[in-house]
Amino acid sequence: MPVGDIIKVLVAKPGLDGHDRGAKVIARALRDAGMEVVYTGIRQSPAMIVEAAAQEDVDVVGLSILSGAHNELVPPIVDSLKDQGLNVMVVLGGIIPESDRLELKNNGVSEIFGPGSNTQDIANFIKEEISKK
Amino acid sequence: MSDNKNEWIENTLNPATARGARKEQFTTESGIDQDWVYGPEDLKEIGFDYNEDVGYPGEYPYVRGVQPTMYRGRLWSMRQYAGYASAEESNRRYKFLLEQGQTGLSVAFDLPTQMGYDSDHPMSLGEVGKVGVPISSLRDMEILFEGIPLDKVSTSMTINSTASILMCLYAAVAKKQGVPQDQIDGTIQNDVLKEYIARGTYIYPPAPSMRLVTDVFEYCSANMPKFNTISISGYHMREAGATAIQELAFTFADAIEYVKAALDRGLEIDSFGPRLSFFFVAHNNLFEEVAKFRAARRMWAKIMKDRFGAKNPRSWTLRFHTQTAGVTLTAQQPDVNVIRCTVQALAGILGGTQSLHVNSKDEALALPTESAVELSLRTQQVLGNESGVADVIDPLGGSYYIEHLTKTLEDEAFKYIDQIDKMGGALAALDAGFQIREIHDAAYKHQGFVESGERVVVGVNQFINEQAPDSGNILRIDPAQTKAQVDRLQDVRKTRDQNRAQKALENLEKVAKSDENTIPAIMECVESYCTIGEICDTFRTNFGEMEHKAGI
Repeated sequence: MPVGDIIKVLVAKPGLDGHDRGAKVIARALRDAGMEVVYTGIRQSPAMIVEAAAQEDVDVVGLSILSGAHNELVPPIVDSLKDQGLNVMVVLGGIIPESDRLELKNNGVSEIFGPGSNTQDIANFIKEEISKK
Repeated sequence: MSDNKNEWIENTLNPATARGARKEQFTTESGIDQDWVYGPEDLKEIGFDYNEDVGYPGEYPYVRGVQPTMYRGRLWSMRQYAGYASAEESNRRYKFLLEQGQTGLSVAFDLPTQMGYDSDHPMSLGEVGKVGVPISSLRDMEILFEGIPLDKVSTSMTINSTASILMCLYAAVAKKQGVPQDQIDGTIQNDVLKEYIARGTYIYPPAPSMRLVTDVFEYCSANMPKFNTISISGYHMREAGATAIQELAFTFADAIEYVKAALDRGLEIDSFGPRLSFFFVAHNNLFEEVAKFRAARRMWAKIMKDRFGAKNPRSWTLRFHTQTAGVTLTAQQPDVNVIRCTVQALAGILGGTQSLHVNSKDEALALPTESAVELSLRTQQVLGNESGVADVIDPLGGSYYIEHLTKTLEDEAFKYIDQIDKMGGALAALDAGFQIREIHDAAYKHQGFVESGERVVVGVNQFINEQAPDSGNILRIDPAQTKAQVDRLQDVRKTRDQNRAQKALENLEKVAKSDENTIPAIMECVESYCTIGEICDTFRTNFGEMEHKAGI
């Protein structure tokens, strides 16, 4: 990605989980870190999220799941982004047990940020990874 | 020796402050400035009058407790919120908890159940049995309470948009056990306003949602007099980022909206007032939380007596459940969470709660394991039986500091309520995005404090142990249980009396279109083994669905 381009992020809440404090705080923090951020709101199906990512032409999709449905909801999103040929980085946050992380990361999730993560660290991670592209 | 606070400041404090303090300013979580110490002068300054402002337990304005005997009569209900995987698994855990000395049940439902989707609906993907027990029909509910006598156990159900359906399912199981409706003791959360503000499990737009809430008030005042028709909740707004002041203000603004809706229906205040109950968090700042609970009792007594003219003292009393603060749990060094939970539970007890849930140490990682839940129950039992804190009523009452803080919280919360009143009430404010914005701003501010190190979180931004071991075992939901749930649901749809089920749904549709109370029609639906999805789809068709607003 050329230096100086603004990174565009979709923050999304897949599934039925309504707890979006984290998603909203991250969305605002990334915006304050100079990115352009779209937040989907709650209760989005994987298909809705992929469609929004395509429509908004984002560089990054940030997913937040606290309900334990990540193993069912994240793979269809990652796969469908790939199928549609979208070169989008996926990061995940929420309550994701350690034992699920490796598999999610092997299957296309770039990084997982659990409770207590620093929003500056998240912003820096995204900037570094995108600059490599 | 100084004769008053000013003298003390001049003679003793000021010379000592040359050495400095740990921080420039000490504030509570709500941002209330804290003085070095409080004395009689501080209470005089706010016009404190013990008899008028505080009084004694069991008497207006109930600051010291709603019952005259409080925990000497009986300890609070130890009520651990539980439900996961399947009706069978959850039934097993309820029996385990009751055997361990728990005194009431608290049911967690999975998200499809909370949102009115059957377990095999496409939106239920991945969510069945995750954050609670899946209930799609009476068959599931029968299994959930199998062998649990509903005339002896009181059950609290965290259920909102589908609250009236779950209440009917509970009553239907009770009926099968031979327990009549007027003997049923329990609570449904039924607080849809805070779902729009913070928790997210709304289905319909506000007007039909308020109708369903009011239907429960009306039905129960005539038929289920022992049942708590609502648990008006500050908990989730606080978890979403609200301060203690906002928690008080937004909860009571919601409560006022429900009362107004019931009065508009033509209900008499004292016919439903005594069955309104509340739910607050017990957060980290011990004294601010205790003051918050004391302020809450005085505020509610004033609101019901002065604003709404309730005559029955039972309508004036604020009865509430408390849960420790999920947001304060850390994924780093989870054992430390036991200490946080203990301090928070102590705040709930010193604040005079009627019922308590203590979170489990592993909840920042996954759903709690059975051993972690047992530790939470033991925490309550130690506080109740070993520490002595339950032996004298409102032991912090009369403390210059606590009384001052109680008054400050009350005043600040009433200021917010005035502001919401001027906007036209909680619903109008919600429509303008007011509460959501205020809460999000507070959440963002808190995140900033944590990241700058101004607010210490042990193990996260200070005192970090990189080598700390992880939590060990976590609870996993077996996918086979989801399949068994779906199989059972499909069997119910096939084997029930189709004619009866069809008629019940047609009648529900007719009632939904009218302004009749919906509860009897729902009751017939659940007893005919109509599913939650079928009942909610009937309402969706007639009421419409709430649009999701992103809100940032």
